[in-house]
Amino acid sequence: MPGLEHYLILSGLLFCIGLAGAVIKRSAIVILMCIEIMLTGVNIAMVAFSRFITPVELTGQIFTVFIIVVAAAEIAIGLAIILALYRNRNTIDTQKIDLLKW
Amino acid sequence: MNDIAEIVFWMIPGLPLAAFVIVFIGLRVLRVNDWLGALLSIIATTASFALSVWLGIRLLIQPQTRLIEGFSWFSAGTGMNVDVGLLVNPLTVIMLVVVSTISLMVQIYSVGYMRRDGGINRYFSFISLFTFAMLSLVMSNNLLIMFMSWEMVGLCSYLLIGFWFHRPEAAKAAKKAFFITRIGDFGFLAALLILFNATGTFDIEGIHQAAAAGIVSATAITWAALGIFFGAVGKSAQFPLHTWLPDAMEGPTPVSALIHAATMVAAGVFLVARMYPLFEQSESALTVVAVVGGITALLAATIALVMWDIKKVLAYSTISQLGYMMLGIGLGGVWVGIFHLFTHAFFKALLFMGAGSVSHSTHTFDMREMGGLGRKMPITCITFVAGALSLSGLWPLAGFFSKEEILGSALESQPILFGIVLATVFLTAFYMFRVVFLTFGGKYKGKGKPHESPLVMLAPMLIMAVLAISAGWLNADGTIGSLLGEESNHSWTTGIFGVFTHSLTWVSLLLAAAGIMLAWAMYSKNWFSPKKVSSRFTSVNSLLLHKYWFDELYENIIGSRLLNNGLFRFFEIADERIIDGAVNGLASLTSYTGSMARRVQNGKLQNYLLIFITGVAIIALVAIIIN
Amino acid sequence: MGMQIAFWILAVLAVVSAAGVIWQKNLFRAALLLVLCFLAVAGIFVTLSADFLAAVQLIINVGAVAILIIMSIMLTREVTSGNPSGKLGLPALAATGVLAFSIIITSVSSYWPLSSSSPLEPTTAALANLLFENDGFIFLIQLGAILLLTTIIGAIVLLRKED
Repeated sequence: MPGLEHYLILSGLLFCIGLAGAVIKRSAIVILMCIEIMLTGVNIAMVAFSRFITPVELTGQIFTVFIIVVAAAEIAIGLAIILALYRNRNTIDTQKIDLLKW
Repeated sequence: MNDIAEIVFWMIPGLPLAAFVIVFIGLRVLRVNDWLGALLSIIATTASFALSVWLGIRLLIQPQTRLIEGFSWFSAGTGMNVDVGLLVNPLTVIMLVVVSTISLMVQIYSVGYMRRDGGINRYFSFISLFTFAMLSLVMSNNLLIMFMSWEMVGLCSYLLIGFWFHRPEAAKAAKKAFFITRIGDFGFLAALLILFNATGTFDIEGIHQAAAAGIVSATAITWAALGIFFGAVGKSAQFPLHTWLPDAMEGPTPVSALIHAATMVAAGVFLVARMYPLFEQSESALTVVAVVGGITALLAATIALVMWDIKKVLAYSTISQLGYMMLGIGLGGVWVGIFHLFTHAFFKALLFMGAGSVSHSTHTFDMREMGGLGRKMPITCITFVAGALSLSGLWPLAGFFSKEEILGSALESQPILFGIVLATVFLTAFYMFRVVFLTFGGKYKGKGKPHESPLVMLAPMLIMAVLAISAGWLNADGTIGSLLGEESNHSWTTGIFGVFTHSLTWVSLLLAAAGIMLAWAMYSKNWFSPKKVSSRFTSVNSLLLHKYWFDELYENIIGSRLLNNGLFRFFEIADERIIDGAVNGLASLTSYTGSMARRVQNGKLQNYLLIFITGVAIIALVAIIIN
Repeated sequence: MGMQIAFWILAVLAVVSAAGVIWQKNLFRAALLLVLCFLAVAGIFVTLSADFLAAVQLIINVGAVAILIIMSIMLTREVTSGNPSGKLGLPALAATGVLAFSIIITSVSSYWPLSSSSPLEPTTAALANLLFENDGFIFLIQLGAILLLTTIIGAIVLLRKED
């Protein structure tokens, strides 16, 4: 049986890979995908804590349920925004979407 | 005087103020008929005049001081309460009579003089405002209110000198008058602060009591007295701030008669008289007053000798006579100076009215273009000569009595100043009759046909002439003196005829007569030509013609070199380089750092995210290292 | 021992496929790698004896989210233009590397109050009790329902053609 540390390290790696992808990639859809990876990493940490520290109460798993709900909502809205953006600007390249500047 | 209702006292300055408000705001803005403003203004001043004279008569019957509580203007902190109130004592009443009389006469005279001028409502509203300010100046029981009135008369002086503002000289003269009197006002303000600091009150009587009780240190009293006197120097055009008054002659002549001869310039003398209990505590301050007065008297009289502009001669004469008043206060006490102020107001206003009348018909002030007007304008001539004789100090005219008191007090205390006063008596008689002979004697040298002025101008002149002749008799039995605290009891006849028992009288009369005779010999008979005399003393002549180079000193050396190119230039450079430089430098530094920092803000969300996670990474790393 | 092997395989699979999402040039393949990653994580949930969550992960993430993403990729026609990287590669890798390092250090060096009791299995009934009990998380469930409703309306409003 692998220990808590293993799961936490796995969780941290997934989170950091997602974060790096969110910064590096130019396509807005890939960025959304990376955010999903980050959330999944967090979910692993939650469930691991739940398994190793409070195996009977299951509160970590409850957290995970809600994270999945919010992630699903986020992905729906995020993709809607991306599609709207694509419709208006004909691109989803984040490097070209920089209206938020001085 | 105690039984008079308070409202009467408030009405004296209040009516001209009401006239100003109505005429200036109502009539001028609504563009109602011009002469309605004049009428309103004259009615208001007549009422003030009548009330003042009534007060004067009541005062003669029973001299006393009346303090009228007004209202609290403001209070700050615990110690500072400024109450607006009136202090009516004999000095006030004398000034009230003088101011309201002259103001009324001048306004009636102005109706004739300003007839063909535009802006009558503006003119009369300013005159009303001036009358209000001057009356409240003399009535105020509070130095702060007095200072405000003092500034208000200065403002009116500015507005009226520059009444013909489309003439550059008038605008320039108005500015000059305003600035130079401001220099003096600074002294007054400083004195105000010193006194408030020392006594904790602005109340005039309170300050006098504190000064008499010895609460205030001698140094503070001296400095306060000198500051007040410096204010008076500015307003009364004393040496060395006298240069504005001759230029102020650019204003309409009635204004010169009212403001720059009889009332506002006398306000300085009045101020010193009002604060005399303070000056009494400081021997040195009184000496300064007397010495400055003496210097001014002689200096201005000598300049008056060579002026060709009739109003300039009168202006220098005014300066000289104001010097007399200061000298009188400094040496002989309040009543000597105020008595001369009283008589001088009448005959000098008369002389200005005469000059105005002359220029009204000849359209010039240059005496070289006059002459022979005696036959064409007989009434003007007679009244002018009466004024000139009074100013020269010939018995039994008003000027004689007041000048006699100054001479007497100078003889008692200061031999050098006495000599100066005697010399000035001679010079005064000479330059006044130089004017008389140049203007009214000989043949007419100007253009056009001079004619006598209308009755509306002549009537005030005649009234003033009567006053100029008779005002001195008021003190024949010592009335004015006793009102102002100089007890002397003798009968009318001794007062008027008894003077011939003093040798001093003979000396001054002889000097005045000598002056008149010299003027007659030079300018009427031409026994020795003025040109030859001036060519004999070229340097003196040019010194006098250039008014001792005071204007040049002030404008070129002090104004231009010392201030404009020196101090102000330094300030300008300091302002531009150091202060503006610091501000601009800070601004451009901010803008530079902003332009650097805004590169971070490029609108690309991923940059922001990277910065954010870098921060988080650094914090995490630091936390790990610390643990 | 079997658990051990399963964990390592699944963990390596998850990390590699996650890295592949970033690495893969083809956008469509990246999406498929994301699905693979989700599957591996579902496996990880199983090793953590969270059977219900594993099922949820399969249904929602693999079933719904991944499909949604693939559909968006199709709709935006960005498949051919690939999966380009921006200019922030190195600094981003450095920062996330430091972050990953600190996470690893922290998780290894921290003290965890581990419980020795064996986990509940199966979890579905227990989770259902927790979620829908009166003193459970029923309020949050309802909030979640509102959130999802809002999301649906928001997505419709965003994508509605303006007429």
